[in-house]
Amino acid sequence: MKLFTISEIKKSFFIALWFMFLTFPIMVIRVNTVENEIKWRWENMLFIGLGSFFLSIIWRYTIEKKEAGEKKSETGKSAEISFFQQVVETPRFYVPATIVTGIFALVFPFIFSIYQTNIMITTLIYVMIALGLNIVVGLAGLLDLGYVAFYAVGAYSYALLNHHYGIGFWTALPIGAATAFTFGILLGFPVLRLRGDYLAIVTLGFGEIIRLVLENWNEFSFGPSGIDKISRPGLFGIELSLHGNIIYTYYLMIGLTLFTIFVVNRLKDSRIGRAWIALREDETACQAMGIDNTKTKLTAFALGATWAGIGGVVFAAKTTFINPASFTIWESIIILCIVVLGGMGSILGVILGAFILILLPEYLRAFSEFRMLIFGAALVIMMVFRPGGVISEVRKTYKFKK
Amino acid sequence: MNKVLEVKNLRMNFGGLSAIDTFNLDVSDGEIVAVIGPNGAGKTTLFNCITGLYTASSGDILISPPDKKTKSIIGFKPNIITESGLARTFQNIRLFSNMTVLENVMIGRHCRLNSGIIGAIFRPKTTVNEEEQVVQDSYDILEKIGLEKYVNEFAKNLPYGAQRRLEIARALATDPFLLLLDEPAAGMNMQETKELDDLILKIRDEEKISILLIEHDMSLVMSLSDRIIVMDYGKNIAQGNPAEIKRNTDVIKAYLGETFA
Repeated sequence: MKLFTISEIKKSFFIALWFMFLTFPIMVIRVNTVENEIKWRWENMLFIGLGSFFLSIIWRYTIEKKEAGEKKSETGKSAEISFFQQVVETPRFYVPATIVTGIFALVFPFIFSIYQTNIMITTLIYVMIALGLNIVVGLAGLLDLGYVAFYAVGAYSYALLNHHYGIGFWTALPIGAATAFTFGILLGFPVLRLRGDYLAIVTLGFGEIIRLVLENWNEFSFGPSGIDKISRPGLFGIELSLHGNIIYTYYLMIGLTLFTIFVVNRLKDSRIGRAWIALREDETACQAMGIDNTKTKLTAFALGATWAGIGGVVFAAKTTFINPASFTIWESIIILCIVVLGGMGSILGVILGAFILILLPEYLRAFSEFRMLIFGAALVIMMVFRPGGVISEVRKTYKFKK
Repeated sequence: MNKVLEVKNLRMNFGGLSAIDTFNLDVSDGEIVAVIGPNGAGKTTLFNCITGLYTASSGDILISPPDKKTKSIIGFKPNIITESGLARTFQNIRLFSNMTVLENVMIGRHCRLNSGIIGAIFRPKTTVNEEEQVVQDSYDILEKIGLEKYVNEFAKNLPYGAQRRLEIARALATDPFLLLLDEPAAGMNMQETKELDDLILKIRDEEKISILLIEHDMSLVMSLSDRIIVMDYGKNIAQGNPAEIKRNTDVIKAYLGETFA
């Protein structure tokens, strides 16, 4: 595309004009009610005009480039493969990349402050539960908007067991996972017949029910005041300082994340994983090919919930205090965003997605007023230019002797 | 010859509309039976009833898998029916578009495999062997159908004719004794239809699978079928071998038209 043809400039000029007109009342006029005068800020109009002029040119240029790329990939196999995709697929790139990331992850708590380590623990928890949701949404294609409920179930199972019976972290971990698993099946049954939007609404309701129960059933969950003084993860009874314990939790999370990646990766290319994907692609055909939809959906829900349960237990142990405010619909949305933005069905994509979506708002605190704006803009731009996510799903290929 | 499929007095009502009205049909072992009729005659509804997507309002559907007792499949879920040996293709192609060709066929093998969650995570020897076997079996099926060059392509990237054949390959992977093909030649050109003709005969003769098909391409139907059943307004208006059907005045009036006869 020629960037500076007369017609392009004309288009951008009118867009700029239109924006100037639209933003005129809010950006230019300022009424000072105290002194009863109107301040005209004409310089703002100039900025908006120039800004929207250049942004519109860049916007149209990138859109055109993207469409040209799509056309290319439709006609031939020489489709442009994204930089990320290339890194993932060539051993020359990903072997060193994995080693560097591994070493970085190992030394992280010793280079950076305890504050940074804490953020990283949170991010890893999100990586883990997003990988769990990836099973439900990315692989099985079941839009679950109440996923945070299972996170809450995990967190509260540990918190309550610890509060009432003094049960430790390691005992609670499998219990939390099993409880979430059970809740996954419980939610699975009523929604078996639902698809798409209907499923989303019902799961949304389920998530809210769990939160409202926790908020209002004071005798059971201590209501909005929550549960405090939850024990941190133990290490064979050794007393750790607060600092030591955070580092310990960090390594614990690294271990759990690796375990999650290992399991999800194996599930993905297994008989069950294929059934999930078939279910996502075409439910009717899937059942007509002899796959038990009921069983497949329930395993997806239950296994997805399990990771949320584990994540919940770690979350409770890490913060030592939980209350229902940590398990709002917003959390579900964030986790869903991680999966969609990262790349549905792609493990590496979801991991990157979690890092982007959790770390971005964290490090954008400097621009605190605008950080949610930037966050939103990043999501929109991402979905326009890479609807498949940062890294799209790659299917396993097989080689045959001819 | 024994009958592998028997449909007795089948009725299917949608509210007040009766889509299938006391319909009878049978398929013998090794037979190719075609169901023809004008659009909206209830052919696909019949397939949906047989394969369990719809539950028939009344009547009975009996199957006799080889070396097994005859049983009724009314009220069974589609996956159970497929497991008992009935496989189908769809009129509008319903492949798993974002899976590879091989994986599509592997899904067909799903109901013949056993490994579960634990197997998937720990990968014991049995699971590894099973996976190797399913990959090999699926590849063999693709080779038979002539799709082996597409093995790692996404199903959505295949040419139209190949997608239709892949549907057949996927259905074959379920190890059926009766294959139900819903308009397999729809949208194909002369050459592709000819190849399909050969393929269906090959499946019948080499795999010993009986075939029930719906088709509008009369040249294919006439050359392929041992027996033709004509359906109109949910009723069976005629049946017989191709020569008889061509002469039948009711069929000419309802469907074929004067020119064809």
